[in-house]
Amino acid sequence: MARRAKAVLVGRRLLQAVPALIGIVIVTFLLTRALPGDPAVYFAGPAADEASIAEIRRELGLDRSLPVQFVAYLGDLASGNLGTSISTGQPVLTEIVTRLPASLELTLTALILSMAVAVPLGILAATRPDSWIDHACRFVVTAGVSLPTFFTGLALVYVFYYLLGWAPPPMGRLDILTLPPPHITGFYVVDALLARDLSAAGSALAHLALPAITLGLFTLAPIARMTRAAMLQVLGSDFIRTARAAGLSRRQVLFGYAFRNALLPVVTTLGMVFSFALGANVLVEKVFAWPGIGSYAVEALVVSDYAAVQGFVLAMALLFVALNLIIDLAYTLIDPRMGLAD
Amino acid sequence: MTTVPLLDIRDLTVEFATRRGRVRAIDRVSFTVAKGETVGVVGESGSGKSVTSYAVLRILDRAGRIVEGAIRFGGIAVHAATEAAMAELRGREVSMVFQNPRAALNPVRTIGRQIGDVLIEHALATPATAKAEAIAMLKAVRIAEPEARYHAYPFELSGGMCQRVVIAIALACRPQLLIADEPTTGLDVTTQKAVLDLMVELARERGMSTILITHDLGLAAAYCDRIVVMEKGVVVEDAGAIRLFTKPAHPYTRRLLQATPRSGASVRDLLPERRPPPPRPANGRPLLEVHDLVKEFPPRHGAPPFRAVDGISFTVHEGESVGLVGESGCGKSTTSAMIMRLLDPTSGSIRFAGEDIGAIPAARFARAPHRGKLQMVFQDPTDSLNPRWTAFRSIADPLFRLAGMRRSAARLRVEELAHQVGLPAELLDRFPHQLSGGQKARVGIARAIALDPKLLILDEPTAALDVSVQAVVLNLLVDLRAALGMSYLLISHDLNVVGLICDRVMVMRAGGIVEEGETEEVLRHPRAAYTRALLDAIPHPPAPPALQEPAAAVAAQPVAASA
Repeated sequence: MARRAKAVLVGRRLLQAVPALIGIVIVTFLLTRALPGDPAVYFAGPAADEASIAEIRRELGLDRSLPVQFVAYLGDLASGNLGTSISTGQPVLTEIVTRLPASLELTLTALILSMAVAVPLGILAATRPDSWIDHACRFVVTAGVSLPTFFTGLALVYVFYYLLGWAPPPMGRLDILTLPPPHITGFYVVDALLARDLSAAGSALAHLALPAITLGLFTLAPIARMTRAAMLQVLGSDFIRTARAAGLSRRQVLFGYAFRNALLPVVTTLGMVFSFALGANVLVEKVFAWPGIGSYAVEALVVSDYAAVQGFVLAMALLFVALNLIIDLAYTLIDPRMGLAD
Repeated sequence: MTTVPLLDIRDLTVEFATRRGRVRAIDRVSFTVAKGETVGVVGESGSGKSVTSYAVLRILDRAGRIVEGAIRFGGIAVHAATEAAMAELRGREVSMVFQNPRAALNPVRTIGRQIGDVLIEHALATPATAKAEAIAMLKAVRIAEPEARYHAYPFELSGGMCQRVVIAIALACRPQLLIADEPTTGLDVTTQKAVLDLMVELARERGMSTILITHDLGLAAAYCDRIVVMEKGVVVEDAGAIRLFTKPAHPYTRRLLQATPRSGASVRDLLPERRPPPPRPANGRPLLEVHDLVKEFPPRHGAPPFRAVDGISFTVHEGESVGLVGESGCGKSTTSAMIMRLLDPTSGSIRFAGEDIGAIPAARFARAPHRGKLQMVFQDPTDSLNPRWTAFRSIADPLFRLAGMRRSAARLRVEELAHQVGLPAELLDRFPHQLSGGQKARVGIARAIALDPKLLILDEPTAALDVSVQAVVLNLLVDLRAALGMSYLLISHDLNVVGLICDRVMVMRAGGIVEEGETEEVLRHPRAAYTRALLDAIPHPPAPPALQEPAAAVAAQPVAASA
C-alpha cells in the first residue's frame, strides 16, 4: 500500500513539471521578442538596405503576429531546430549538445569533490563543537567562500602548472594532440573509459582536475555549513537520546540515525549549490579556456546572438526543472513522511 | 536495608557549564533502588529529576558533568566507567523510556527496525532473526497486528502506540532497571493508564526495578512503592508512598500535595494560605448558543470524509463557566476553533450575544464588532507569546489592533491589567524568555481580558504548568471571573481541573457530547460509561489527612473507597 502511494506521489510530481515546462517555453519565446534590437537587422548585416531587411524579416517570419510566430516556434522546437548562431554559424542545438556536457562534467566533478570533503568535515565538526576540527572547518569554509573563483583558479594554475609543472596547460579539455573520444555521454572521462582509451581518459582527467578543484573549493562552504548545522540540530533531538540510552554504537547513532535525518537540508543545499555553481562556471571556464556553455552564452550575449541566447536559456531552464525534480524525488526516498502531509 | 540495592546513588552532584558560569543542577542527591522495587521521583520543573536519570545512564548533554558522588549499579561504578562499559550497560542492563514518544523515535526508520537495532547491538539477535524478535516484542507490548506494524513509521502511529514501541525498545534486552521519564505526559488519561499498567505488568513479570519520574504525585502514588521528592536539585524527602501521603514530613512535599488537584478539594484548598471561597456569579441570559454544529473535513487519499464535530448543541450563559472535556481527537479543539471563528462550520449555527456569528466567514471575523468580546487563552504559555515582543507589547496588542488605542493610554491600561492578573509592573518590559511559566501564563491571561471580553475560551490553560503554579493560575481565573463577570468555556482533558472551576461540564467523544450536567453531579455520579472510564483512569492519590479540614475529611471517605 505504501509503495503504491509512493508511486502515485512520484507520478504526481512528474506531472507537476509539465506546467513548468510550458511556462519556460512561453517565457523564452517572449523574452527574446522583448529584447531590444531587431534580429532581422543583424541577420541582414551592416550593408543591407530597407528592402532586404524587410525580405529577411519575412523569411524569419517576424512580420507575422505573435501567436502565429509562437506556433512556428513550437514547431521548430518539436523538430529540434533551435536556429543557427550568427557568430559561429553552427546550429544552436549542436553547440549545446557539445558544450553542455562539458559544463556538466566540470560542475558534477566539482560537486562530488566538494561533497567528499564537506560532508565528513561537517559531520566531524558537529560531533565535536568548538574543538580544533570545528575551527578548522570554519576556516576552510570561510576561505573557500571568500576567495573569488578566478583568483583560486589563477593561483592553482600558477602553482601547479607554472611552478610545479604537475598540471597540463589550462587550455581546454584535452591535450592538443589527443583526439576526443566518441560522443556517448559527452563527458570526456566517461566516454574515453567506455572507448577503452586510457591515454585520452588520463588527459581528460588531468585537464579536469584544476578547474574542478577551483569550483569545488567555492561550493565547499555551503555544503559543509549546512551539514554541520543539520547534524547539530538532529544530534540534539529526542530520538538520538533514545538511541544513546538504548546503547546503540556511536557509529549507528551517527550514520543510521542522525545522518539520514540531516540529509534533507543537505540535499536542498546541494540543489541550490548546483544552480549557482553552473553560474559561477563562467569565470572558471574563462580562466581554463573550458569550452563550456557558460562562456558560450556570455559570448553570444556580447554580440546579441539571439538564437544562441534563447537556446541557452531554454537548456538551463530545462536543466533546473530536471534538477528540482530529482531533488524532490530524493526527498520522498529519504523521508517517509513526504507527500502525506498535504 | 538487608540486601545490596540494585542502584545506589550517593551524593551525586552534576554541574552544567553555561555562559554565566557553572550551574549546579543537582546537589548531593542520594537514593537507592532495590531489586524489583518501583521508585517514584517526583518534583516540579527544574528539580533535577531528569538530570539525575540521565546521569545514571551517563547521557548528560556535553555541557553536563558529574563533579561529585557515586552511582553504583550492581557491582559497577557507573560514575567512573569507561564509555565502552557504558555502551554495554545502556539498553542491556539499564534502559529508559522518554517523554513525548513520537519525538523519541527515529522518524525515518520503521519501528520494527528500531527495535531490531537494539537487539542486534546487544547481540541478542542476528540480522536474520531480528525481525521475528522485534515482532515478538511488539506483541509483548500489545500492539495489534504486529507483523503489519513492523513496517510502520512513527508518524503512522498514535502517541500511545509510539510509547508502546519506546517501551518495547527499552525492554527488548530484558534490562534489570527501567527508568521512565514522564512517560505519559501529553497522553490521554485512558492511554496513560493503559501504558503505565502495561509497563508495571511487564516489569513485574521480568522482575525488573523501575524508576518512574513524574510531576504528578497522584500517578507516583498509584504505581510506586517508594517516592523520592526533589526540589531545586535536592532530595527533600524519601519515603514509602502511603507514608508520604499520610505523613508528609517536608514542607515542600506538603505544599506539592496541597496543590495537586484531587476530588473533594475546592480550588481554594490548593493554595497554601486560606482565602474565602470566590462568590459564584449568578447566571444571566444565554450568551453563546451553539446549535447542531457540524464540522466535516473533506476526504483525502481515498479515505471517507471525516466528521470531527457531529451535530453538537449547547448553551453558555452570562457569567457561567462550562467545561468541555474529552480525549485527543474527540473534536473539542475543532469546536473551540469554530466558536473562535478561526474555522468555518460545515453546518449549524453559533449565536453569540444574540447574533449569528457562525454566518460571518472566518476570514472576515477579525473585523467583526464581536471579535473583541470573544477571547482565548492558549495551552502553551511560551509558544503563544511572540518571542520578540515584551510582555507589555503582547498585552497591548489587542488594545492597539482592535481598540485603536494610543501608546500612552495603552500603557495605563496594561498596567491596570497586569495588576489584575498579579503580574508585577516591572516585569512588563521583559521578553518571554526572561519570564517564568506562571508569569507567561499571566501575560496570556492579561492579553485575553484586555478588551473586557464576555466569553473567554480557555484551551488547556494550565496543562504546561507545574502543579503549584497551576493552583495559583486556577485561583486567578476564578477570581477574575467573579470580578469581571465573564463566562468561561474551558477545554480540557483533565477532569480534576474542570471540577475545580466549572459550574457545568460536557463530555465529548468522537464528535458528539455523551454527557452533560452540573460538574458535581457528573463527577460524582457519571451516567455515561465513557465518563466513568475517564474518571476511573485518573490516578487517585491517598487523601492527605493532615491537610484536610474536618468537613472535607468526611467528604473524602467515599473517594478513598472508590479508589
